[in-house]
Amino acid sequence: MEFGEIVSVLLQGAIVTIEIVAMALPLAVVMAFSFGLIRLYAPAPFKQIAIFYIEFFRGTSALIQLYWIYFVLPFFGITIDAMTAAVVALGLNIGSYGTEVVRGAIQAVPKGQYEASIALNLTASQRLWRIIMPQALVNMIPPFGNLAIELVKATSLVSLITIGDLTFKAKSLADTTLQVGEIFGVVLLFYFVIAQCLVFFIRRLETHLGKGLGRGGINS
Amino acid sequence: MNGFQWDWAFTWEVLPMILSAAKVTLLATLLGSIFAIFMGLVFALLRRSNRGVLRISVYWVVEFIRSTPLLVQIFFLYYVMPEFGISLSPLATGVLALGLHYGAYLSEVFRSGIDGIEKGQWEAARALNLSLLDTYKDIVLPQAIRPMIPATGNYIIAMFKETPQLSAITLLEMLQIAKIIGSENFRYLEPFTLVGILYLVFSIAAAYGIHQVERRFPKEGFSLK
Repeated sequence: MEFGEIVSVLLQGAIVTIEIVAMALPLAVVMAFSFGLIRLYAPAPFKQIAIFYIEFFRGTSALIQLYWIYFVLPFFGITIDAMTAAVVALGLNIGSYGTEVVRGAIQAVPKGQYEASIALNLTASQRLWRIIMPQALVNMIPPFGNLAIELVKATSLVSLITIGDLTFKAKSLADTTLQVGEIFGVVLLFYFVIAQCLVFFIRRLETHLGKGLGRGGINS
Repeated sequence: MNGFQWDWAFTWEVLPMILSAAKVTLLATLLGSIFAIFMGLVFALLRRSNRGVLRISVYWVVEFIRSTPLLVQIFFLYYVMPEFGISLSPLATGVLALGLHYGAYLSEVFRSGIDGIEKGQWEAARALNLSLLDTYKDIVLPQAIRPMIPATGNYIIAMFKETPQLSAITLLEMLQIAKIIGSENFRYLEPFTLVGILYLVFSIAAAYGIHQVERRFPKEGFSLK
Protein backbone atom coordinates (compact mmCIF):
# COMPACT_ATOMS: atom_id res chain seq x y z
CA MET A 1 0.00 0.00 0.00
CA GLU A 2 1.31 3.43 -0.86
CA PHE A 3 2.19 5.86 1.86
CA GLY A 4 -0.38 8.41 0.66
CA GLU A 5 -3.18 5.86 0.89
CA ILE A 6 -2.16 4.89 4.40
CA VAL A 7 -2.21 8.51 5.49
CA SER A 8 -5.64 9.13 3.97
CA VAL A 9 -7.15 6.09 5.74
CA LEU A 10 -5.56 7.18 9.00
CA LEU A 11 -6.90 10.71 8.52
CA GLN A 12 -10.45 9.31 8.50
CA GLY A 13 -9.66 7.67 11.83
CA ALA A 14 -8.20 10.91 13.15
CA ILE A 15 -11.49 12.68 12.39
CA VAL A 16 -13.38 10.11 14.49
CA THR A 17 -10.86 10.59 17.30
CA ILE A 18 -11.33 14.37 17.16
CA GLU A 19 -15.14 13.93 17.13
CA ILE A 20 -14.97 11.85 20.31
CA VAL A 21 -12.75 14.42 21.99
CA ALA A 22 -15.12 17.21 20.90
CA MET A 23 -18.07 15.42 22.49
CA ALA A 24 -16.43 14.00 25.61
CA LEU A 25 -14.60 17.20 26.58
CA PRO A 26 -17.78 19.29 27.17
CA LEU A 27 -19.27 16.39 29.15
CA ALA A 28 -16.10 16.19 31.26
CA VAL A 29 -16.15 19.95 31.92
CA VAL A 30 -19.84 19.87 32.93
CA MET A 31 -19.21 16.90 35.26
CA ALA A 32 -16.12 18.56 36.72
CA PHE A 33 -17.89 21.82 37.52
CA SER A 34 -21.13 20.33 38.80
CA PHE A 35 -19.53 17.69 41.00
CA GLY A 36 -16.68 19.97 42.02
CA LEU A 37 -19.18 22.55 43.27
CA ILE A 38 -21.38 19.90 44.89
CA ARG A 39 -18.32 18.51 46.66
CA LEU A 40 -17.52 21.99 48.01
CA TYR A 41 -20.88 23.57 48.78
CA ALA A 42 -23.74 21.04 48.74
CA PRO A 43 -25.31 19.50 51.87
CA ALA A 44 -23.94 16.21 53.19
CA PRO A 45 -25.94 13.55 51.26
CA PHE A 46 -25.13 15.17 47.90
CA LYS A 47 -21.52 15.52 48.94
CA GLN A 48 -21.41 11.77 49.64
CA ILE A 49 -22.75 11.04 46.16
CA ALA A 50 -20.11 13.31 44.64
CA ILE A 51 -17.33 11.64 46.64
CA PHE A 52 -18.57 8.22 45.56
CA TYR A 53 -18.58 9.27 41.90
CA ILE A 54 -15.10 10.79 42.13
CA GLU A 55 -13.51 7.89 44.01
CA PHE A 56 -15.14 5.27 41.84
CA PHE A 57 -14.10 6.77 38.53
CA ARG A 58 -10.62 7.73 39.70
CA GLY A 59 -10.00 4.44 41.47
CA THR A 60 -10.82 2.07 38.61
CA SER A 61 -9.34 2.01 35.20
CA ALA A 62 -10.83 3.82 32.19
CA LEU A 63 -10.88 0.67 30.09
CA ILE A 64 -12.88 -1.20 32.73
CA GLN A 65 -15.38 1.67 32.87
CA LEU A 66 -15.66 1.60 29.10
CA TYR A 67 -16.22 -2.17 29.04
CA TRP A 68 -18.69 -1.95 31.89
CA ILE A 69 -20.80 0.66 30.14
CA TYR A 70 -20.60 -1.08 26.78
CA PHE A 71 -20.97 -4.73 27.81
CA VAL A 72 -22.82 -4.71 31.13
CA LEU A 73 -25.43 -1.95 30.77
CA PRO A 74 -27.27 -3.79 27.93
CA PHE A 75 -28.09 -6.52 30.47
CA PHE A 76 -29.99 -3.92 32.47
CA GLY A 77 -31.98 -3.07 29.36
CA ILE A 78 -29.94 0.04 28.56
CA THR A 79 -28.60 -0.57 25.09
CA ILE A 80 -26.34 2.17 23.84
CA ASP A 81 -24.24 2.29 20.70
CA ALA A 82 -20.48 2.14 20.93
CA MET A 83 -20.01 5.84 20.22
CA THR A 84 -22.30 6.94 23.08
CA ALA A 85 -20.65 4.45 25.42
CA ALA A 86 -17.25 5.87 24.49
CA VAL A 87 -18.27 9.49 25.02
CA VAL A 88 -20.03 8.74 28.31
CA ALA A 89 -17.21 6.60 29.71
CA LEU A 90 -14.42 9.00 28.78
CA GLY A 91 -16.41 12.09 29.76
CA LEU A 92 -17.22 10.66 33.20
CA ASN A 93 -13.66 9.40 33.69
CA ILE A 94 -11.90 12.65 32.82
CA GLY A 95 -14.67 14.61 34.55
CA SER A 96 -13.92 12.84 37.83
CA TYR A 97 -10.32 14.03 37.69
CA GLY A 98 -11.62 17.48 36.72
CA THR A 99 -13.68 17.81 39.91
CA GLU A 100 -10.47 17.92 41.91
CA VAL A 101 -9.08 20.61 39.60
CA VAL A 102 -12.18 22.75 40.12
CA ARG A 103 -12.10 22.21 43.86
CA GLY A 104 -8.39 22.95 44.16
CA ALA A 105 -8.58 26.11 42.04
CA ILE A 106 -11.52 27.49 44.05
CA GLN A 107 -9.78 26.74 47.33
CA ALA A 108 -6.61 28.40 46.05
CA VAL A 109 -8.31 31.80 45.67
CA PRO A 110 -6.98 33.91 48.57
CA LYS A 111 -9.27 33.98 51.57
CA GLY A 112 -9.22 37.79 51.61
CA GLN A 113 -11.23 37.83 48.37
CA TYR A 114 -13.93 35.75 50.01
CA GLU A 115 -13.96 37.88 53.16
CA ALA A 116 -14.02 41.12 51.18
CA SER A 117 -17.01 39.92 49.17
CA ILE A 118 -18.85 39.12 52.40
CA ALA A 119 -17.96 42.54 53.77
CA LEU A 120 -19.42 44.09 50.59
CA ASN A 121 -22.65 42.23 51.32
CA LEU A 122 -22.66 40.22 48.09
CA THR A 123 -25.02 37.25 47.94
CA ALA A 124 -23.62 33.73 47.93
CA SER A 125 -24.08 33.32 44.18
CA GLN A 126 -22.57 36.74 43.43
CA ARG A 127 -19.58 35.80 45.60
CA LEU A 128 -19.06 32.59 43.68
CA TRP A 129 -19.69 33.75 40.10
CA ARG A 130 -18.47 37.37 40.22
CA ILE A 131 -15.52 37.18 42.61
CA ILE A 132 -14.22 33.67 43.19
CA MET A 133 -14.86 31.95 39.85
CA PRO A 134 -13.19 34.48 37.51
CA GLN A 135 -9.98 34.15 39.52
CA ALA A 136 -10.27 30.39 39.96
CA LEU A 137 -10.86 29.84 36.22
CA VAL A 138 -7.39 31.08 35.34
CA ASN A 139 -5.85 28.63 37.80
CA MET A 140 -7.90 25.81 36.34
CA ILE A 141 -6.73 26.22 32.77
CA PRO A 142 -3.28 24.55 32.94
CA PRO A 143 -4.45 21.41 34.79
CA PHE A 144 -7.53 21.24 32.56
CA GLY A 145 -5.17 21.41 29.60
CA ASN A 146 -3.31 18.38 30.91
CA LEU A 147 -6.61 16.56 31.35
CA ALA A 148 -7.60 17.43 27.77
CA ILE A 149 -4.42 15.75 26.57
CA GLU A 150 -5.17 12.77 28.81
CA LEU A 151 -8.57 12.63 27.10
CA VAL A 152 -7.03 12.62 23.63
CA LYS A 153 -4.80 9.75 24.70
CA ALA A 154 -7.67 7.89 26.36
CA THR A 155 -9.71 7.97 23.14
CA SER A 156 -7.37 5.29 21.79
CA LEU A 157 -9.15 2.87 24.15
CA VAL A 158 -12.38 3.13 22.17
CA SER A 159 -10.72 1.12 19.41
CA LEU A 160 -11.18 -1.87 21.73
CA ILE A 161 -14.98 -1.53 21.52
CA THR A 162 -14.80 -1.50 17.71
CA ILE A 163 -15.09 2.23 17.02
CA GLY A 164 -13.16 3.17 13.89
CA ASP A 165 -10.91 5.76 15.50
CA LEU A 166 -7.27 6.44 14.68
CA THR A 167 -5.94 3.49 16.68
CA PHE A 168 -8.56 1.11 15.28
CA LYS A 169 -7.75 2.10 11.68
CA ALA A 170 -4.06 1.70 12.41
CA LYS A 171 -4.55 -1.74 13.92
CA SER A 172 -6.66 -3.01 11.02
CA LEU A 173 -4.31 -1.48 8.43
CA ALA A 174 -1.36 -3.07 10.20
CA ASP A 175 -3.11 -6.45 10.20
CA THR A 176 -3.79 -6.31 6.45
CA THR A 177 -0.74 -4.54 5.01
CA LEU A 178 1.93 -5.53 7.54
CA GLN A 179 3.60 -2.13 7.02
CA VAL A 180 3.57 -1.73 10.79
CA GLY A 181 6.51 0.65 11.09
CA GLU A 182 5.09 3.39 8.86
CA ILE A 183 1.54 3.00 10.12
CA PHE A 184 2.19 3.19 13.85
CA GLY A 185 4.82 5.87 13.32
CA VAL A 186 2.32 8.07 11.49
CA VAL A 187 -0.33 7.37 14.13
CA LEU A 188 1.97 8.40 16.97
CA LEU A 189 2.77 11.57 15.03
CA PHE A 190 -0.96 12.31 14.52
CA TYR A 191 -1.67 12.02 18.23
CA PHE A 192 1.32 14.20 18.99
CA VAL A 193 0.09 16.89 16.58
CA ILE A 194 -3.45 16.80 18.00
CA ALA A 195 -2.05 17.14 21.53
CA GLN A 196 0.27 19.99 20.58
CA CYS A 197 -2.61 21.87 18.90
CA LEU A 198 -4.58 21.54 22.14
CA VAL A 199 -1.60 22.86 24.12
CA PHE A 200 -1.44 25.86 21.81
CA PHE A 201 -5.13 26.71 22.24
CA ILE A 202 -4.94 26.24 25.98
CA ARG A 203 -2.03 28.69 26.26
CA ARG A 204 -4.04 31.25 24.27
CA LEU A 205 -7.06 30.71 26.51
CA GLU A 206 -4.95 31.15 29.63
CA THR A 207 -3.55 34.46 28.38
CA HIS A 208 -7.05 35.58 27.41
CA LEU A 209 -8.65 34.73 30.77
CA GLY A 210 -5.70 36.11 32.71
CA LYS A 211 -6.09 39.61 31.28
CA GLY A 212 -6.68 42.26 33.90
CA LEU A 213 -6.03 39.96 36.83
CA GLY A 214 -2.53 41.34 37.31
CA ARG A 215 -0.91 37.94 37.48
CA GLY A 216 2.81 37.50 37.06
CA GLY A 217 4.08 36.87 33.58
CA ILE A 218 1.01 38.00 31.70
CA ASN A 219 1.05 41.50 30.26
CA SER A 220 -1.77 44.02 30.83
CA MET B 1 -31.82 -10.96 29.51
CA ASN B 2 -30.23 -13.24 32.04
CA GLY B 3 -27.91 -10.65 33.49
CA PHE B 4 -30.46 -8.68 35.47
CA GLN B 5 -29.62 -10.11 38.82
CA TRP B 6 -26.33 -10.52 40.55
CA ASP B 7 -25.52 -14.23 40.63
CA TRP B 8 -23.47 -15.06 43.72
CA ALA B 9 -22.79 -18.67 42.71
CA PHE B 10 -21.29 -17.45 39.43
CA THR B 11 -19.33 -14.78 41.32
CA TRP B 12 -17.65 -17.36 43.56
CA GLU B 13 -16.97 -19.53 40.55
CA VAL B 14 -15.11 -16.82 38.60
CA LEU B 15 -13.39 -15.06 41.50
CA PRO B 16 -10.46 -17.53 41.77
CA MET B 17 -9.73 -17.20 38.03
CA ILE B 18 -9.73 -13.41 38.22
CA LEU B 19 -7.59 -13.43 41.36
CA SER B 20 -4.97 -15.62 39.71
CA ALA B 21 -4.90 -13.17 36.79
CA ALA B 22 -4.37 -10.39 39.35
CA LYS B 23 -0.88 -11.84 39.84
CA VAL B 24 -0.04 -11.02 36.22
CA THR B 25 -1.41 -7.50 36.64
CA LEU B 26 0.61 -6.92 39.81
CA LEU B 27 3.75 -8.40 38.28
CA ALA B 28 3.45 -6.11 35.24
CA THR B 29 2.96 -3.13 37.55
CA LEU B 30 5.92 -4.05 39.75
CA LEU B 31 8.36 -4.62 36.91
CA GLY B 32 6.94 -1.63 35.04
CA SER B 33 7.49 0.69 37.98
CA ILE B 34 11.07 -0.47 38.54
CA PHE B 35 11.84 0.16 34.87
CA ALA B 36 9.94 3.48 34.93
CA ILE B 37 11.91 4.75 37.93
CA PHE B 38 15.14 3.81 36.19
CA MET B 39 14.10 5.49 32.91
CA GLY B 40 12.77 8.52 34.76
CA LEU B 41 16.10 8.99 36.47
CA VAL B 42 17.95 8.60 33.16
CA PHE B 43 15.71 11.14 31.41
CA ALA B 44 15.94 13.56 34.32
CA LEU B 45 19.74 13.42 34.49
CA LEU B 46 20.07 13.74 30.70
CA ARG B 47 17.93 16.86 30.84
CA ARG B 48 20.49 18.38 33.19
CA SER B 49 23.33 17.62 30.81
CA ASN B 50 25.71 20.36 29.71
CA ARG B 51 25.12 19.62 26.05
CA GLY B 52 22.31 21.72 24.64
CA VAL B 53 21.49 19.30 21.82
CA LEU B 54 21.11 16.40 24.23
CA ARG B 55 18.94 18.47 26.58
CA ILE B 56 16.59 19.60 23.83
CA SER B 57 16.28 16.19 22.19
CA VAL B 58 15.50 14.50 25.50
CA TYR B 59 12.90 17.22 26.16
CA TRP B 60 11.13 16.42 22.88
CA VAL B 61 11.39 12.67 23.39
CA VAL B 62 9.75 13.01 26.80
CA GLU B 63 7.12 15.38 25.39
CA PHE B 64 6.38 12.94 22.56
CA ILE B 65 6.03 9.95 24.84
CA ARG B 66 3.80 11.90 27.21
CA SER B 67 1.42 13.17 24.55
CA THR B 68 0.80 9.96 22.64
CA PRO B 69 -1.47 7.17 23.89
CA LEU B 70 -0.01 4.26 25.81
CA LEU B 71 -2.13 1.84 23.78
CA VAL B 72 -0.54 2.95 20.50
CA GLN B 73 2.91 2.76 22.07
CA ILE B 74 2.14 -0.80 23.18
CA PHE B 75 1.05 -1.70 19.63
CA PHE B 76 4.12 0.03 18.22
CA LEU B 77 6.52 -1.91 20.41
CA TYR B 78 4.67 -5.19 19.96
CA TYR B 79 4.37 -5.07 16.16
CA VAL B 80 7.37 -2.97 15.10
CA MET B 81 10.16 -4.39 17.26
CA PRO B 82 9.98 -7.83 15.55
CA GLU B 83 10.78 -6.02 12.27
CA PHE B 84 14.14 -5.25 13.82
CA GLY B 85 14.55 -8.81 14.96
CA ILE B 86 13.54 -8.25 18.59
CA SER B 87 10.62 -10.47 19.54
CA LEU B 88 9.48 -10.07 23.13
CA SER B 89 6.68 -11.76 25.02
CA PRO B 90 3.50 -9.73 25.67
CA LEU B 91 4.54 -9.30 29.31
CA ALA B 92 8.03 -8.03 28.44
CA THR B 93 6.60 -5.68 25.79
CA GLY B 94 4.06 -4.44 28.29
CA VAL B 95 6.70 -3.80 30.95
CA LEU B 96 8.83 -1.96 28.39
CA ALA B 97 5.90 0.21 27.24
CA LEU B 98 4.71 0.98 30.79
CA GLY B 99 8.27 1.76 31.86
CA LEU B 100 8.95 4.14 28.98
CA HIS B 101 5.57 5.87 29.24
CA TYR B 102 5.68 6.42 32.97
CA GLY B 103 9.43 7.01 32.92
CA ALA B 104 8.66 10.10 30.83
CA TYR B 105 6.19 11.29 33.45
CA LEU B 106 8.47 10.44 36.37
CA SER B 107 11.38 12.32 34.79
CA GLU B 108 9.45 15.56 35.44
CA VAL B 109 8.91 14.56 39.05
CA PHE B 110 12.58 13.69 39.51
CA ARG B 111 13.71 16.84 37.72
CA SER B 112 11.67 19.09 39.96
CA GLY B 113 12.83 17.09 42.98
CA ILE B 114 16.47 17.58 42.03
CA ASP B 115 15.87 21.25 41.17
CA GLY B 116 14.34 21.65 44.62
CA ILE B 117 17.69 21.04 46.34
CA GLU B 118 19.16 24.27 47.60
CA LYS B 119 21.95 25.83 45.62
CA GLY B 120 24.13 25.91 48.73
CA GLN B 121 24.21 22.11 48.79
CA TRP B 122 25.65 21.99 45.29
CA GLU B 123 28.18 24.70 46.14
CA ALA B 124 29.22 22.93 49.33
CA ALA B 125 29.68 19.67 47.43
CA ARG B 126 31.84 21.52 44.89
CA ALA B 127 33.83 23.17 47.71
CA LEU B 128 34.45 19.75 49.25
CA ASN B 129 35.79 18.60 45.88
CA LEU B 130 33.23 15.82 45.51
CA SER B 131 32.92 14.24 42.09
CA LEU B 132 29.64 14.64 40.17
CA LEU B 133 28.71 11.04 40.94
CA ASP B 134 29.37 11.50 44.67
CA THR B 135 27.44 14.77 44.68
CA TYR B 136 24.35 13.05 43.27
CA LYS B 137 24.77 9.86 45.27
CA ASP B 138 25.60 11.29 48.69
CA ILE B 139 24.25 14.85 48.70
CA VAL B 140 21.47 15.46 46.22
CA LEU B 141 19.45 12.25 45.85
CA PRO B 142 19.22 11.41 49.57
CA GLN B 143 17.57 14.78 50.18
CA ALA B 144 15.50 14.78 47.02
CA ILE B 145 13.82 11.41 47.45
CA ARG B 146 11.33 12.20 50.20
CA PRO B 147 9.53 15.06 48.43
CA MET B 148 9.30 12.89 45.31
CA ILE B 149 7.48 10.01 47.03
CA PRO B 150 3.86 11.23 46.77
CA ALA B 151 3.99 12.14 43.06
CA THR B 152 5.94 8.99 42.19
CA GLY B 153 3.39 6.92 44.09
CA ASN B 154 0.51 8.54 42.24
CA TYR B 155 2.08 7.70 38.90
CA ILE B 156 2.64 4.11 39.95
CA ILE B 157 -1.04 3.84 40.89
CA ALA B 158 -1.92 5.43 37.54
CA MET B 159 0.29 2.86 35.82
CA PHE B 160 -1.47 0.07 37.69
CA LYS B 161 -4.78 1.33 36.36
CA GLU B 162 -3.47 1.32 32.79
CA THR B 163 -2.34 -2.32 32.86
CA PRO B 164 -5.70 -3.48 31.39
CA GLN B 165 -4.51 -1.98 28.10
CA LEU B 166 -1.99 -4.81 27.91
CA SER B 167 -4.94 -7.11 27.18
CA ALA B 168 -4.80 -5.64 23.66
CA ILE B 169 -1.58 -7.56 23.04
CA THR B 170 -3.09 -10.74 24.47
CA LEU B 171 -1.57 -10.55 27.93
CA LEU B 172 -3.87 -12.58 30.18
CA GLU B 173 -4.34 -10.01 32.92
CA MET B 174 -7.51 -9.42 34.97
CA LEU B 175 -9.63 -7.60 32.42
CA GLN B 176 -8.76 -9.98 29.60
CA ILE B 177 -9.69 -12.98 31.77
CA ALA B 178 -12.94 -11.24 32.75
CA LYS B 179 -13.74 -10.61 29.10
CA ILE B 180 -13.06 -14.23 28.20
CA ILE B 181 -15.23 -15.46 31.07
CA GLY B 182 -17.92 -13.00 30.02
CA SER B 183 -18.02 -14.11 26.42
CA GLU B 184 -18.00 -17.81 27.33
CA ASN B 185 -20.89 -17.55 29.77
CA PHE B 186 -22.60 -14.55 28.21
CA ARG B 187 -22.59 -12.88 31.61
CA TYR B 188 -20.48 -9.76 31.79
CA LEU B 189 -21.98 -8.19 34.91
CA GLU B 190 -20.14 -10.21 37.58
CA PRO B 191 -16.66 -10.54 36.01
CA PHE B 192 -16.37 -6.88 34.98
CA THR B 193 -17.76 -5.62 38.27
CA LEU B 194 -15.38 -7.87 40.22
CA VAL B 195 -12.41 -6.55 38.25
CA GLY B 196 -13.56 -2.98 38.86
CA ILE B 197 -13.87 -3.59 42.61
CA LEU B 198 -10.48 -5.31 42.74
CA TYR B 199 -8.85 -2.32 41.03
CA LEU B 200 -10.55 0.01 43.48
CA VAL B 201 -9.38 -2.06 46.46
CA PHE B 202 -5.81 -2.34 45.19
CA SER B 203 -5.57 1.38 44.38
CA ILE B 204 -6.89 2.43 47.78
CA ALA B 205 -4.51 0.01 49.52
CA ALA B 206 -1.59 1.29 47.45
CA ALA B 207 -2.47 4.92 48.16
CA TYR B 208 -2.49 4.12 51.89
CA GLY B 209 0.81 2.27 51.58
CA ILE B 210 2.50 5.18 49.82
CA HIS B 211 1.25 7.57 52.46
CA GLN B 212 2.78 5.34 55.13
CA VAL B 213 6.12 5.16 53.29
CA GLU B 214 6.21 8.94 53.06
CA ARG B 215 5.35 9.34 56.74
CA ARG B 216 7.99 6.86 57.92
CA PHE B 217 10.69 8.20 55.63
CA PRO B 218 13.40 10.12 57.57
CA LYS B 219 12.97 13.86 56.99
CA GLU B 220 16.68 14.51 56.77
CA GLY B 221 17.05 11.91 54.02
CA PHE B 222 19.19 8.82 54.26
CA SER B 223 22.55 7.62 53.06
CA LEU B 224 22.63 5.61 49.85
CA LYS B 225 25.82 3.86 50.99
